[in-house]
Amino acid sequence: MNELVFAVAVGILTASGVWLLLRPRTFQVIIGLSLLSYAVNLFIFGMGRLQVGAPPVLENAEAIDPALYADPLPQALVLTAIVINFAMTALFLVVLLASRGLTGTDHVDGREDT
Amino acid sequence: MSSGMPLLAIVVLPFIGSLVATFLRQDARNGAAFLAGTIAFCGAVLTAAQYPAVGNGRVLHAGIEWIPSLGLNFTLRMDGYTWLFTMLVTGIGFLVALYARYYMSPADPVPRFFAFLLAFMGAMLGIVLSGNLIQLVFFWELTSLFSFLLIGYWHHNASARDGARMALTVTATGGLCLLVGVLLIGHIVGSYDLDKVLASGDLVRGSDLYLPTLILVLLGALTKSAQFPFHFWLPHAMAAPTPVSAYLHSATMVKAGVFLLTLLWPVLSGTEAWFYIVVSAGLCTLLLGSYAAIFQQDLKGLLAYSTISHLGLITLLLGLGSPLAAVAAIFHTINHATFKASLFMAAGIIDHESGTRDIRRLSGLFRYMPITATLAMVAAAAMAGVPLLNGFLSKEMFFAEAAAFHVDSLLDQSLPYFAMLFSAFSVTYSLRFIHGVFFGPPAKDLPRIPHEPPHWMRFPIELLVLVCLLVGILPAMTIKPFLSAAVHAVLGPETPYYSLAVWHGFNEPLLMSLIALTGGIILYWLLQGYLAKGIEGPPLMRRLKGQRIFERLLVELSWRWARSLERLLGTQRLQPQLRLLVAFAVVASLWPLYRQGLEAGSRPATALDPAFLMLWIVGGICAIGAAYQAKFHRLAAMVLLGGAGLVTCITFVWFSAPDLAITQLLVEIVTTVLILLGLRWLPKRIETAGEDVTMGTQARVRRMRDLMLALAAGIGMSLIVYAMLTRPLPDTISRYFIENAYSEGGGRNVVNVILVDFRGFDTFGEIVVLAVVAITVFSLLRRFRPAPESVDAPEQQQLQDAYDTARPDRAVGDTLADYLTIPSVIMQWLFPVIIVVAIYLFLRGHDLPGGGFAAGVTMSIALILQYMAGGTRWIEARLRIRPIRWMGLGLLCAVSTGIGAWVFGYPFLTSYFQYVELPAIGKVPAATALLFDFGVFSVVVGATVLILIALAHQSLRTPRAARPGIPAPPPVALKEEA
Repeated sequence: MNELVFAVAVGILTASGVWLLLRPRTFQVIIGLSLLSYAVNLFIFGMGRLQVGAPPVLENAEAIDPALYADPLPQALVLTAIVINFAMTALFLVVLLASRGLTGTDHVDGREDT
Repeated sequence: MSSGMPLLAIVVLPFIGSLVATFLRQDARNGAAFLAGTIAFCGAVLTAAQYPAVGNGRVLHAGIEWIPSLGLNFTLRMDGYTWLFTMLVTGIGFLVALYARYYMSPADPVPRFFAFLLAFMGAMLGIVLSGNLIQLVFFWELTSLFSFLLIGYWHHNASARDGARMALTVTATGGLCLLVGVLLIGHIVGSYDLDKVLASGDLVRGSDLYLPTLILVLLGALTKSAQFPFHFWLPHAMAAPTPVSAYLHSATMVKAGVFLLTLLWPVLSGTEAWFYIVVSAGLCTLLLGSYAAIFQQDLKGLLAYSTISHLGLITLLLGLGSPLAAVAAIFHTINHATFKASLFMAAGIIDHESGTRDIRRLSGLFRYMPITATLAMVAAAAMAGVPLLNGFLSKEMFFAEAAAFHVDSLLDQSLPYFAMLFSAFSVTYSLRFIHGVFFGPPAKDLPRIPHEPPHWMRFPIELLVLVCLLVGILPAMTIKPFLSAAVHAVLGPETPYYSLAVWHGFNEPLLMSLIALTGGIILYWLLQGYLAKGIEGPPLMRRLKGQRIFERLLVELSWRWARSLERLLGTQRLQPQLRLLVAFAVVASLWPLYRQGLEAGSRPATALDPAFLMLWIVGGICAIGAAYQAKFHRLAAMVLLGGAGLVTCITFVWFSAPDLAITQLLVEIVTTVLILLGLRWLPKRIETAGEDVTMGTQARVRRMRDLMLALAAGIGMSLIVYAMLTRPLPDTISRYFIENAYSEGGGRNVVNVILVDFRGFDTFGEIVVLAVVAITVFSLLRRFRPAPESVDAPEQQQLQDAYDTARPDRAVGDTLADYLTIPSVIMQWLFPVIIVVAIYLFLRGHDLPGGGFAAGVTMSIALILQYMAGGTRWIEARLRIRPIRWMGLGLLCAVSTGIGAWVFGYPFLTSYFQYVELPAIGKVPAATALLFDFGVFSVVVGATVLILIALAHQSLRTPRAARPGIPAPPPVALKEEA
């Protein structure tokens, strides 16, 4: 049943992320994007299915049974995604700061809703 | 091939000339005209030289290979028909160049005019001589483009701009249709080669795609030839300088449409669809054009409508589908070009010498310019179809064909009567042109006293009128061989018997001619009174203006629709866009769910671990809390976000992904520092009590909608994830990675081996992205201007400084320096420890969880901690960190490792490994992948540190700018690097 918890967790992260993504303040969008990226990372990670106690670190290099190890491919994908996600957050943060400095507002459109 | 060079030269020379003309001086009127005239003349001579071959029925080819594998080559071909057309384009081009030399004012930038004219000539020759349909369409659009430039040559004139835009919009749209039509032809025939297409008429006509192909090609041809209902652009194109009208609207641009119809006649014609569409379009155009021409007050307007109607005549003839009608069409194409070009030039002379083209103001010009008047009269008579002139011959052929039987229908039966009506109308407007301008009482209030033009300006008209006369009186001795070659090229074995004689005896067509001639004269006499009133526009159809419909359509399309589309999807506002994006993603993922079903799969479910459930109860609360607090309590939201991140991190550990957990944990730390640094520059937002009550209904609805969308997305993700997790894992490439990680990559940590070895190239791309982002952040912050209310030092710092100023024994900044002393000492002591951890993570990465990414982030945390502990100035006075060099070194290291593989003859980024025995440490894995991983490490350190430091520096810069009294601190390392 861990799968169900995992699925609901991804759902909650997605819903919170999407909600914030649609908000008008830039800070909300940043937090939203971070939450959404957690969700997406977990989602991609989940592609390899859930296995407990089977990290893809080979113990016996001579006789290798792939069934004993968790799927390494989604993990490799997510690992770079985590770092790139940091870069994206940084870039977005700086863009929002610059936009706030230029337009005097932290609304995503650079002007307050009328 | 030997015949290739002249063909190439004919097409390429005008373009070269055009290029040369653009480099001439503004006032080089003679030079440019000479250049244009010479090139056109050379073209005509080169073309004439091809006649011996072409006249014998040979088809000349020339070509340059471009993409032979796709059947796309630059090919030129010339047969009897295209020879005739080339002759027309170059010959009349030469005369127009000569004429334009005198017509254009020295005040205009004349070289530009000739540059456009030559380029247009080249494009037109390209259409005529193309041996490939795609290439033909290319030149076709090129003529639209250059005609736009030529019509809009006097761009200070609003009507010229409008006319040019309209011509371009209509003809270029038609050109797009033509392109699609041609692609369809290519699809049906399997080749774009004109020879092959011409030989596959039955295949095309029998195809299911015939009708769409036909309609698309016709849309192209009919827009170009200004056929009803697309005729309206031509009168507006009369804002062009008259030489342009004489060239484009007699012999070239508008003739391109009928040229194409004639060229593809063997392929497309002969079906009912062809007959009905083309004949109706031609008939409407012919009648409307000739009727409207009678009532024009502008000389060029009259000629424009007459051109429309004569093109309609040619279209109609082509539409009839009988070989004899095609002969008539080809013949009339030539005749019309000669008399219409000369008439346009005559109108230009009248305009030039008297200052107006308004028929109401012009009168009695015969006494001022008798020679021009006589020439114009002959040309107009040819237009009216008076015997002994070329127009008469092709009109007789038309009458004969109109009277003949084609398809049993009302349209066919009524043709002879319409033909006579058209002919009578053309007699009327020709009479109006001559009688209204040259006869009657002398004009009184002309802007200039009219006189004969310079002789060389009149020369082109003389020559053309001579051609009209010669062809009209002695057809068998002049035009016959050329016409015969052209007709044979188009019709091949279908070529019918036709006779080119002035006198065929007293027969049906002659009777029709006589009726039309008298009818036209009587009509003109009857209309005298009405025409004298000088009312603008033709009666009965004054309200029916194609132009107005066109403009309304344009306004709708380019203004109203575009505006509402922009309102709906525009990039001005982010929220609606994101909303659309999310909604689209939700809907798009519903489709596979609908097909695959959502029931749980067959994979055995694991037992529920209560601790895991508890973990995610906390995680879920954190996520929802962050979403709830992000507006008013940013710090709280950030802490909650960190909570969700930690839970994610534990999940990774739980399900066997230690590498991810390490990286996630470390990145979580730097992200928190990053956002903390950014928080300071955001505006304060204070929750006012009762905001929810004052919130408008609209905002409520919007929130409700967003909540629905968010829930839909979340539930959808949950369902997909659950469906996925309960299905067995298919056999993927992962098996290969696990089995070969050690034997091929020399590492036990499969994730790391994938990153630095198997998929090293992807990782290389990722670190490049990271470096690019860091530099972007850095350069964005160099020009950073904070909002005015954020410029002051933070509240806490202000209080600390106030305390320092109040106490005489303390200097300003002491309290700030002492703040959190113990943690900062610990942080300073931790510096070497963290570096060791980073090195440890890096070295073990190939075999155990760790690696370049994790080590890099750890290293950057070590550096950032020093900034936090000692303050920016303190640390930078002691330690020079050069993040950009770190990044450069890393990229260099990664690339050179990759290139190193080339040296040994392996593909880029192939790794090599072996164990090295180090004293005191023991066996150490030494794969070249480690070098690559070092590159990753170095880039990650550089990028992370650069981003964080650049942001941290902002609080140093701004107070300095705000308070100029304080001496500037020593330049920081970052600045030097930049």
